[in-house]
Amino acid sequence: MSDIPPATPEAAPSPAAARRAGGAPAAVRHGLTILLPAVAVFAVAPRIYPNGALLFAMMTFLVLAQGINVIFGFTGYLPFGYVGFFGTGAYAASLALLRLHLAWPLAMLAGAVAAALLALLLMPLLRLSGAYFAIASLAAAEAMYQLVSNPALVPITNGPYGLSLQAVYDGPVSYGAMVGVLALTLAILIYLRTSRFGLALQAIRDDPASAATAGVDVVRSRALAWLLSALMAGLAGGVYAWHVSVFYPDTVFDLSFTVFAIVFVLFGGPATILGPLFGTLALYGLYDAIGISTPQYFQFIYGLLIVVLVLFLPEGLVSLLRRRGIRVP
Amino acid sequence: MALLVYSLLAGLMFGLFYALVGLGLNLVFGVMRIVNLAHGDFLMLGAFGAYWAFTLLGLHPLWALLLEVAAFILLGFPLYHLLVPRLLRSRDPEMLSFVLFFGVSQVIEAVAIIAFGNTQRSIFAPVFGTQPVSLFGQTFPAAWAVSALVSLAAIAAVYVYLYRTRLGYATRAIMSNREEALTSGIRVHRLSALAFGIGLALAAAAGVLSPFMLGSIDPNMGVDITTAAFAIVIIGSLGNPLGTILGGLVYGLSLTLMQTYLSSWSAMVPYVLLLLILLVKPSGLLAREARHV
Repeated sequence: MSDIPPATPEAAPSPAAARRAGGAPAAVRHGLTILLPAVAVFAVAPRIYPNGALLFAMMTFLVLAQGINVIFGFTGYLPFGYVGFFGTGAYAASLALLRLHLAWPLAMLAGAVAAALLALLLMPLLRLSGAYFAIASLAAAEAMYQLVSNPALVPITNGPYGLSLQAVYDGPVSYGAMVGVLALTLAILIYLRTSRFGLALQAIRDDPASAATAGVDVVRSRALAWLLSALMAGLAGGVYAWHVSVFYPDTVFDLSFTVFAIVFVLFGGPATILGPLFGTLALYGLYDAIGISTPQYFQFIYGLLIVVLVLFLPEGLVSLLRRRGIRVP
Repeated sequence: MALLVYSLLAGLMFGLFYALVGLGLNLVFGVMRIVNLAHGDFLMLGAFGAYWAFTLLGLHPLWALLLEVAAFILLGFPLYHLLVPRLLRSRDPEMLSFVLFFGVSQVIEAVAIIAFGNTQRSIFAPVFGTQPVSLFGQTFPAAWAVSALVSLAAIAAVYVYLYRTRLGYATRAIMSNREEALTSGIRVHRLSALAFGIGLALAAAAGVLSPFMLGSIDPNMGVDITTAAFAIVIIGSLGNPLGTILGGLVYGLSLTLMQTYLSSWSAMVPYVLLLLILLVKPSGLLAREARHV
């Protein structure tokens, strides 16, 4: 019994195999059938559907869920402190806007770079396995939170009092930026789902020793996956901060970002493109429907759902289709 | 100098209390190789149990502690059979236990908020006497000293159970190798369920003391406690219950020393300590090299 499907070539045909079969390469197909529609829907939706805050939050969680998918679904590391990258990106981008007066694309890039630097600093954690890694990454995120919110750093980060970006706020542009981040994220996921690199990551997840024997550079591959996933969270954090424009350290370092995203991934199905996408849309939709007015009842349902999922459906909803022989990208 | 003596002694008392906070988490991990992320929430339930027993019935917290220990050991059995055997059959129990028990913690927290309301509460501290305790010329609240002594007694009880009883021997056999314990005729599930219950009971006991050590309690306190418990357990060494005492003491002492000398940075202590120890010696300070993790 495995809760995550083994990395068989069948699960992700190599581009070469797809070309031999005569069809378009899988990457192009997924780009046309998943990336384009998703991005188009979020780009057009604000004109039709007035609740822009919901759409924006949904995109944020889509990016975070896919980021966690890269390091948890594909590579097998559970980053409990993933929100640390999000918060770091939020602060770095905001400080670049406020203190350095950078143009917004550069500031967002600064957020991503800061998150990647933090990931680089935390790289030794990848030597840890299982629970140790999960706990260590949680501790790292908490340490980052304590650092940013420290009263001693008020001159730089404004400590616990948060930051206000109202002077540089631009709703439509920051919304568009998040659509861009979402597109980039989906492109990365399509690449992982259809490339040898993605297969290598899944091999590492299933059995690092065998993967190394088969010629996978384990250390380099998982380091790349780690940096990629940090980068995605950093970008999302920067754009999120800019869009909400007033935030506090505990808004952007809130552990529930990590936990929501992990559950969205598990609910849909790890190591797929559609699983986390569907998980986020369904569960965040549920959260929006009942979680905001009566948070404790939502928390209760959510907790029960997690328990039932882990015990009875650890491969996510996608596994229901897979059992019927339907291949899910 | 007096300040140093004060913070060392206070650190010792808090260290014993924190050792108790981490002990249950570590016992459960040691026996079942799963991470009870809801540990802090069981502690919160213990705290509220003592609060209501004191407020409604006037029951002294130490009586509440004894009752709760028995109740939580019993609660451990159904909860174990509901969650753990199925989890252990999955592909990666250690990793999935994180997510599963996070779900459990959410359920407990939600029920607690619905039942108790989302407010902070505290127990009238002089319940342990109004006379401060004086040690080496320093005075401390009596509740601190009582909590430290109770924690020490609970730790000693766990030690006696694990190292001086037949059940304890068998439990330690499961800790070192679950399969071999099974083949040598040990009732693995029954003993694991008992260990699970003891783990919860230790959390509840620490919970009864927590209003006095932490000042106040509220339904959301679980997450912070769980993180602190992790730090303590890992400093000691994951899977070795006695290492937790060392972990608690290191944690308590560094916390009080930081609070005394560098207070604005003291909240970072547990996390930085945890990271450093994980990076330098991932298996914890007391781990033997040959230990299977």
